[in-house]
Amino acid sequence: MRIEFRAVAKRFGGAGLPPIDLAIAPARTTVLIGPSGCGKSTCLRLMIGLLRPDSGTVLVDETPLTLENLPALRLRMGYVIQDGGLFPHLSAADNIALLARHLGWPEAQVTARQDELCELTRFPRASLDRFPSQISGGQRQRVSLMRALFLDPSLLLLDEPLGALDPIIRSDLQADLRAIFQRLRKTVILVTHDLGEAGFLGDHLVLLRDGAIVQQGTLADLVRRPEDAFVTRFVNAQRSPLESLEAG
Amino acid sequence: MRRALIPLLFLVAGCTRTGGNAPVRVGSKAFTESVILGELVTFLAQDAGGRAEHRRQLGGTQVLWNALLAGEIDVYPDYTGTIAREILGGAGSDEESLRVALAKRGVVISRPLGFSNTYAVGMKEEAAARLGIRTLSDLARHPELRFGFSSEFMDRSDGWPSLQARYHLPQQEARGLDHDLAYRGLESGTLDATDLYSTDAEIRYYHLRVLVDDLHHFPDYHAVLLARADLATRAGRAHASIRRLEGSIDEAAMIALNARAKLDRLPESVVAADFLAERLGVHADARRESFLRPLLRHTGQHLALVAVSLGAAILFAIPLGILASRRPRLGRLILAGTGIVQTIPSLALLVFMIPLLGIGAPPAIVALFLYSLLPIVRNTCTGLTDIAPSMRESAEALGLPPLARLWRVELPLASRAIVAGVKTSAVINVGTATLGALVGAGGYGQPILTGIRLDDVGLILQGAVPAAVLALAVELLFDRLERLVVPRGLRLPVSA
Ligand SMILES: Nc1ncnc2c1ncn2[C@@H]1O[C@H](COP(=O)(O)OP(=O)(O)OP(=O)(O)O)[C@@H](O)[C@H]1O
Ligand SMILES: [Mg+2]
Repeated sequence: MRIEFRAVAKRFGGAGLPPIDLAIAPARTTVLIGPSGCGKSTCLRLMIGLLRPDSGTVLVDETPLTLENLPALRLRMGYVIQDGGLFPHLSAADNIALLARHLGWPEAQVTARQDELCELTRFPRASLDRFPSQISGGQRQRVSLMRALFLDPSLLLLDEPLGALDPIIRSDLQADLRAIFQRLRKTVILVTHDLGEAGFLGDHLVLLRDGAIVQQGTLADLVRRPEDAFVTRFVNAQRSPLESLEAG
Repeated sequence: MRRALIPLLFLVAGCTRTGGNAPVRVGSKAFTESVILGELVTFLAQDAGGRAEHRRQLGGTQVLWNALLAGEIDVYPDYTGTIAREILGGAGSDEESLRVALAKRGVVISRPLGFSNTYAVGMKEEAAARLGIRTLSDLARHPELRFGFSSEFMDRSDGWPSLQARYHLPQQEARGLDHDLAYRGLESGTLDATDLYSTDAEIRYYHLRVLVDDLHHFPDYHAVLLARADLATRAGRAHASIRRLEGSIDEAAMIALNARAKLDRLPESVVAADFLAERLGVHADARRESFLRPLLRHTGQHLALVAVSLGAAILFAIPLGILASRRPRLGRLILAGTGIVQTIPSLALLVFMIPLLGIGAPPAIVALFLYSLLPIVRNTCTGLTDIAPSMRESAEALGLPPLARLWRVELPLASRAIVAGVKTSAVINVGTATLGALVGAGGYGQPILTGIRLDDVGLILQGAVPAAVLALAVELLFDRLERLVVPRGLRLPVSA
């Protein structure tokens, strides 16, 4: 699925997005990266129609996103919000099958899909009956991912899926995500403010600051050929343990 | 909603108005003398061969009068002074002008029954003697006296305000309370004077001095029967039989009847039957009821009142709460509206509905329905608005259409608050339903009302205890319901 912003603007008082242009290539993983409050989540919300732009157009496969085509398009998009957004009143199994059940899938098909996704995300099948409050943060992220993938969407939007996890689980999940992206070959847009994670998972990085695009390209482009001082500062702000050891 | 509700209400009320040989329906007010007169009228109507039923101890004058106009009752006892002032709004109280004025409203007035039960003010004999108070004018010399008047007397046009003006009484404070409780206040010394009916049996029992109305403030209160004009044509023999009461009860007889009921604790039906056998040679069959039968009947009535009104309130208030959460401005209006309903005094609400719904269960159910709305609407609305924005965002981004979001996500997430609101309504409803007895809806309020009237604690408890038990049972029932309705995921211990 191809996503394009044409002079899309969205203001919240002083903050928000000034008009920006952005093209997301299909079947690749694009990473939106930037400091807190730079507008990463806002971009995702505009893409899935949770927000309407003040001006400009969001194009999905060359067609402008409208209130009329939004419901159908949403079924082809999977979205994992910043904190996972699992429904506490539903078990993991019911969370991921919610939409399919609403669409009237036969139960056998639902179960088959659940099995498939447990395998893909390496989620223990036995934990499916647990409620979100009864599983760990890492597993919650796997459940959120399964829910987003349930209808086999063409576009996957992930808003800091690994935000609040400890380094080991985070690293495991990064590896799993990369494997999943490579296996599924979907259009993925991922948000993070961790440059290492962005380089590991993404084919294409978009660096934002105060709603504006500062530079885009590969990790190598950003590190080796920074287009302005902010890029350098952002790159250098990511401290590695080895570096800290040397400094100390 | 409304159209669907009203037939349902009538169904529950079990209104059996079946044309031809419908029973003669007799009403009475919620004090003993009126109930005895109602029993006398009922027995006499039955003696004529037809069926008659007594809808006893209904609220007050307005309830009875409106029920008579609405055709919910056919006949009830009242007093000429009350009719002139309270019903006709200051017409002349002589027989002829009352007859003319009532005829215009389709109501026939009987000849006087033979006694006058005028309002009066009374004090304990020894206190009155000590202070040298004999007349109402004498009260002006003792501004320290504490007055307690029946609630009706506080409001009546010939009641406290005009009495105070007429006699220039300096007492600032007059408390409104139940007539039967006022006697106890006098006895315990917390009150010095109260309003009385001159035929009250308690005057002698409590050794009260009736103060002379030296300026003739109170009009005459001759007991009469008010009947719908169509009663004479519909049930001529019963009507003729009833009229045998005219001129047959003098003041001494009425005081004796009241004393037998209130002081000797005999059921009104027995008191009335004995009187008819002795004075008119009429044989009436006064059945004494066991303890269990009325308890079962009141339980059935009470449960029906609660179940129907609460059920309707749930069906109506939850959608209203949803609407309020969707449209905040409309929501404030809805909450204000249901809030205002709570401030309407229940008796006023009941009286207001008699012309529309008659007496019995329907007005009580509608009043309970209205009182039940606020907690449910409010909790539904806050339950829904308190849902975390991330939950709404997730549900919307998932691609669920609005109705599915409401049904599959928002209502389950708000279910705990909604059930809590329903629970509050239910418990309040069980308590408030006791007021249904004021308009003849029965229920546990019936023995409570009778118990207060007869100063019979045992009888009060026969209504109050089951009502409390029912409130507890309802609470337990809804705890169960909570487990069924609130999803398990929301009932897990917080630390997981
Ligand atoms: N609904 C809203 N109302 C008002 N301001 C908002 C709203 N949503 C976002 N903003 C503002 O817009 C700016 C961009 O927000 P956004 O959530 O897109 O940032 P972000 O890059 O995702 O940040 P983070 O990394 O902290 O998640 C911020 O300044 C934020 O305060
Ligand atoms: Mg964000």
